[in-house]
Amino acid sequence: MITSKSAHPVVKWIDERLPVFTFLNRELRDYPTPRNLNYWWSFGSIAGVVLVVMTLTGIMLAMQYTAHMDYAFDSVERIMRDVNYGWLLRYLHMNGGSMFFIVVYIHLFRGIYFGSYKSPREILWALGVVILLLMMATAFMGYVLPWGQMSFWGATVITNLFSAIPLVGDSIVNWLWGGYSIANPTLTRFYALHYLFPFLIFVVVALHLVALHMVKSNNPLGVDAKEPQDTIPFHPYYTAKDFFGFGVFFLVYLGFVFFAPDFFGEPDNYIPANPLATPPHIVPEWYFLPFYAILRVVPDIEVFGFILVEAKLAGVILMFGSILVLFFLPWLDSSKVRSARFRPIFKQFFWIFLADCLLLGWVGANPPEGSFVVLGRIGTAFYFAYFIIIIPLVARFEKPLPLPSSVVSSVLNEKKGERS
Amino acid sequence: MIRGALTTACSLMAGLFLLPSPAAVVEIIEIEKRDWSFDGIFGSFDRTAQQRGYQIYNEACSGCHGLRLLTYRNLAALGYSEDDIKAFATDFDVTDGPDDEGEMYQRNALPSDHFVSPFPNTQASRAANNGALPPDLSLIVKARKNGADYIYALLTSYGDAPDDEELPDGMYYNAVFPGHQIAMPPPLYDDTIEYSDGTLATVDQMASDVTTFLAWAASPEMEARKRLGLKAMLFLLVLTALLAAVKHKVWSRLN
Repeated sequence: MITSKSAHPVVKWIDERLPVFTFLNRELRDYPTPRNLNYWWSFGSIAGVVLVVMTLTGIMLAMQYTAHMDYAFDSVERIMRDVNYGWLLRYLHMNGGSMFFIVVYIHLFRGIYFGSYKSPREILWALGVVILLLMMATAFMGYVLPWGQMSFWGATVITNLFSAIPLVGDSIVNWLWGGYSIANPTLTRFYALHYLFPFLIFVVVALHLVALHMVKSNNPLGVDAKEPQDTIPFHPYYTAKDFFGFGVFFLVYLGFVFFAPDFFGEPDNYIPANPLATPPHIVPEWYFLPFYAILRVVPDIEVFGFILVEAKLAGVILMFGSILVLFFLPWLDSSKVRSARFRPIFKQFFWIFLADCLLLGWVGANPPEGSFVVLGRIGTAFYFAYFIIIIPLVARFEKPLPLPSSVVSSVLNEKKGERS
Repeated sequence: MIRGALTTACSLMAGLFLLPSPAAVVEIIEIEKRDWSFDGIFGSFDRTAQQRGYQIYNEACSGCHGLRLLTYRNLAALGYSEDDIKAFATDFDVTDGPDDEGEMYQRNALPSDHFVSPFPNTQASRAANNGALPPDLSLIVKARKNGADYIYALLTSYGDAPDDEELPDGMYYNAVFPGHQIAMPPPLYDDTIEYSDGTLATVDQMASDVTTFLAWAASPEMEARKRLGLKAMLFLLVLTALLAAVKHKVWSRLN
């Protein structure tokens, strides 16, 4: 049995039967955190806040939304026009999706830059990739719900990907649709799953946090926190720092919600879905563009003029592969040094990789014609080369800079440097 | 059989989207950016322009284009009184019912009714418009790239087709419409409408007014949104400054 440290008799009574207070104290207050975390580390907790905002606004939207192909579009417009503050809920949810991906992508690139995926954080990292996959599925299905032109045609393109699977592809597509075309059964199941998936995300986020608290946070130096002076309690230091981060985040987020709510959206999605009229350019939401580029630029894979893998199937494999490869990152990078600060070669490739992802995003936003195909193929080749060739080779041949002996020594040196 | 054909058709369709196709020439049309009363974080709709725009909609657009997502009572936002709105609505008939005898019946529209569309369905609409379908205008400003600027440009860019372009019957040349061939005849001509407030009814003026009206129709929440937004941002600025001060104070203990 736990002996509660609390002085309050009621708190003590509860704590000794269900140790919530001991737990909160240990994991949120005393939780030892490296003292040198910079603001890039705030994006994890910001992502948590966005998840909560999305869930709350989503539940309230669900109370007003009608999941039927004849009424979905108008029910969203009813929310926008007739429901009290419905426009606010809807714009918070719509822009919240984009914000969620911005925040999570920053969180992910921070993890890559500072080597947060390396031992002992492999499972923590893998759980993060699972969250990303769940987020993508949730976002995709959510985008279908307003039943506008992009909803419908985006769903058409993405569900049709599965038809590339040999032999069973077409059956799988019919099974996903619940019929022989995208129609009401597709919409209702996407709605049900769009409501379910966030709760799965909550479960995996909980595991992500358990794994984090087992191995503790990495830090910008990438050296383990060993001495007591290397760490500070989470509260009040990081609660104070994170809350300031929340303030800045909400300024940006609400800036879009109130003053440019359709900035991230496609105008075509304000046209009701019409299976008979294909929009001239079908583009997914911006956060899928790099993957969309990979999907579309892959050519037939031929051996001596014999088509080994059709372009469509190859595109699907590479698109899913581009995310799945992240699972293997901890083992592809065998360098013992975590932080890019001490890895001069890795650091340069990191920035090229980031630029490559942005390039792929730009290619994905444009029709797959002419020079965009070439750019896209180069970008795709580099994307995979980065993980499969460059990272293992750099880990092997790079000579890292000398590491500081401890977190605290480096922090104190920096302070001295500032003063002199 | 049908099942097989359908799945094949779907896969073919998907194939078309997914595979790099030979470069098609897509002309990029520049749309001129104009100043609107509703631009910017302090922007609001010019009420008189909105009212004139509503007049244009009634007299020049509503014969073919619906505004089905709006109700007549929404017009209160333009500054019209309850009696004005009742009078606007009464001009339209809606089907209601069934009554106690089980019969549907026609009645005059009420302020709570949605705008009555000019055609009962898309087939009737196409039949009356030479096969073309005039889109509903409720969301048109949000549903087109460049929004209000595009709608204005479309209304003011009619002209004669260049000599090398041949127009099919019933099509008109419009410099900003994708493909330049539009089924909508030029809807506005100088001085064909007499503004009730005496404003000179040039094509530019009418296009600008009706665009303002349609921008409101697409985002009727805009003024409330920006007002609340300013308060929210002001509050957040103060809160964030305080949080920055708290963070600074707490962390200063570490030195």
